[in-house]
Amino acid sequence: MEKKLYTIIVYTENIAGMLNQVTAEFTRRMMNIDTITASSSSVEGVHRYTISLWGEEDSVHKVTKRIAKKVDVLKADYYTDNEIFFQEVALYKLSTPKVLADSYISRMIRHSTARVIEVNDNYTVVEMTGQTDAIVELYNEFVARDCILQFVKSGRVAVPRASQEKLSDLLFDEDYKRKAVK
Amino acid sequence: MGKEKITGCEALMRSLVNEGVDTVFGYPGGSIMPVFDAMYDYRDVFRGVLVRHEQGAVHAAQGYARSSGKVGLCIVTSGPGATNTLTGISDAMLDSTPVVVIAGQVPSAVLGTDAFQEIDFVGITQPITKWSYQIRRAEDVAWAVARAFYIAGTGRPGPVVLDFTKDAQVALTDFEPVRVDSVRSYIPYPTPSQSAIEEAAKLINGSKRPFMLVGQGVELGEAHKELVEFIEKADIPVARTLMGLSALPSDHPLCVGMLGMHGNYGPNVNTNECDLLIAVGMRFSDRVTGNVRTYAKQAKVVHIDIDHAEINKNVAVDVPIVGDCKEVLPMLTALVERASHKEWIESFRQLNAIEHEKVIEKALNPGEGPLLMGEVVRKVSEATGNSAILVTDVGQNQMMSARYFKFTKPHSILTSGGLGTMGYGLPAAIGAKIAMPERTVCIFAGDGGLQMNIQEFGTIMEQGVAVKIILLNNNYLGNVRQWQELFFNHRYSWTPMLNPDYSLVAKGYGIASRLVTERAELDDAIKEMIETPGAFLLHVAVKEEANVMPMTPPGASVNEMIFE
Repeated sequence: MEKKLYTIIVYTENIAGMLNQVTAEFTRRMMNIDTITASSSSVEGVHRYTISLWGEEDSVHKVTKRIAKKVDVLKADYYTDNEIFFQEVALYKLSTPKVLADSYISRMIRHSTARVIEVNDNYTVVEMTGQTDAIVELYNEFVARDCILQFVKSGRVAVPRASQEKLSDLLFDEDYKRKAVK
Repeated sequence: MGKEKITGCEALMRSLVNEGVDTVFGYPGGSIMPVFDAMYDYRDVFRGVLVRHEQGAVHAAQGYARSSGKVGLCIVTSGPGATNTLTGISDAMLDSTPVVVIAGQVPSAVLGTDAFQEIDFVGITQPITKWSYQIRRAEDVAWAVARAFYIAGTGRPGPVVLDFTKDAQVALTDFEPVRVDSVRSYIPYPTPSQSAIEEAAKLINGSKRPFMLVGQGVELGEAHKELVEFIEKADIPVARTLMGLSALPSDHPLCVGMLGMHGNYGPNVNTNECDLLIAVGMRFSDRVTGNVRTYAKQAKVVHIDIDHAEINKNVAVDVPIVGDCKEVLPMLTALVERASHKEWIESFRQLNAIEHEKVIEKALNPGEGPLLMGEVVRKVSEATGNSAILVTDVGQNQMMSARYFKFTKPHSILTSGGLGTMGYGLPAAIGAKIAMPERTVCIFAGDGGLQMNIQEFGTIMEQGVAVKIILLNNNYLGNVRQWQELFFNHRYSWTPMLNPDYSLVAKGYGIASRLVTERAELDDAIKEMIETPGAFLLHVAVKEEANVMPMTPPGASVNEMIFE
């Protein structure tokens, strides 16, 4: 089976130890997480994890079901890149003297979607929001110009393309609640 | 308003009463002393069973739970007390057994400082529990206990851990009894899809050779009657997994035997002959499927399970029905046509007759030579009117007792199916006898497994637990020796075992015993065991190098069983 990049979106109760429970399902299969973003969701008290990893669909499907089954997990689904909108954020810290000395660098920044968020005598911080390829491409160009001091990139955040039920609707759905009681 | 304040421990006691707890298996220690102190005032409410090792506490709670259908409870201390429960918790997770393990924990102020007997019990147990939670405030006790029992006992049952810090045990709190009957992120009883049920009924009605596989889910769902009504209407032969052996009486006309590596020939061969496989409350374990690539490829598969994550896990399913079998089976019964599959059912009988001639007859009536496990098991079963609870240890004793014990009542097989825990049997039998005192409890163990938790003889002595222990002693770690013989060129590495004088060991604990070495003594010895009012150790010297047969060799297809 073919390996693809998948994004798993998990909603959990906001309690200590949840991340450990979710990631343990990957550890058990020695599946290597590519990126992970954890934050609060639009529903109060509910946390959202966006996890990306390379894998075969069969194992991604099974691991998602195992995560969904956990008592304090509200919902877990997996997507291919075609099924979601996703973005990452990167910060590039560049040497200001080198940026000033090489006008190609500032031209590169202007021609990309990146923006400068801090300049001082020593360094310049550039931020870019985009997809992995574009972020890495810009990084490689900075490396080629020998101006990069530090580089950091976030995990992805993603929303599915398909219109789907909102989590808050799901939580207050009477039929959903009924299933909790025998 | 001056409401009475109570300690976290007292809140625990009242919460346990609220959950209907009548028995606690446990072992005290530093971090849980306030709880055991509180239990001193509840001696008349809870039967306190002091085990001799915390592993025994969990297995006893498992035996209690599996035989009674209630949630089993054990209470242990932090650190080593807690880590000693890990095998039992894992066993309960794999075999869907509802147990709650409450462990002491160091005071919350010193958490994370490597305090004496501190371990990250929640962190360790998260992957092997349904829910694992640390109680750090006395006011959370009522909620946490209610939630623990609710989660352990509902849906697909499983183990729950409560890690109780010492400061929370002694802190003062208001107390209101809490009842938890839902958790918003947890769907224990999914609503079965009507269209899936209709689709399954259509497949069943069109099938010429339907075959049903029944697992422990039927026992956990208390769907025995619903199962019989369904199979009798649709006339479908049924095989049971090891874990589901007492889901259907052994002598039911539609019962065609046991599945698995050492199961019966008919059901294993016909798995690859049927045109429809209907699996209920079972998980297509690798011990059942053999080589999964050649497993039932010719058949359509209907899988009924309460756990969504079991669907398509090991075997591709055509019609999944996610729901409680007690609800699903009557819905199916209503839609299936009354049918007759005489010839098909007869084909199981014919295949089983081959096994009978090649294996079973020789196992039950060897005539001469050393005693064999099979004949001992069958005779004990018959001496109890086939109505006892069978508890097994793990290994040859487990397979032979599963093969030759007979079942007439539900909740009568207690065995470590998923984890295969040697040492499970003796403490599980103690828990079963305490839960079901009116039933006869027979535990079959080998000389290896018995010694893994033999310290629980002390619990039997102290509690007066009338379990019937049948030691099938072959002076080997028999199952490993069998594999060494068959697949490792007879190299008996680390499997011969020098045994103690078990009658002396039993005597030390005040347990009556008898050693049987001759076939002629067997009936009388079994009679003595059954008639002795208390615990009894029947020590049977069985053939040293005997194999469990038939067998699906590792990697082979389910229909490629060997007889020798």
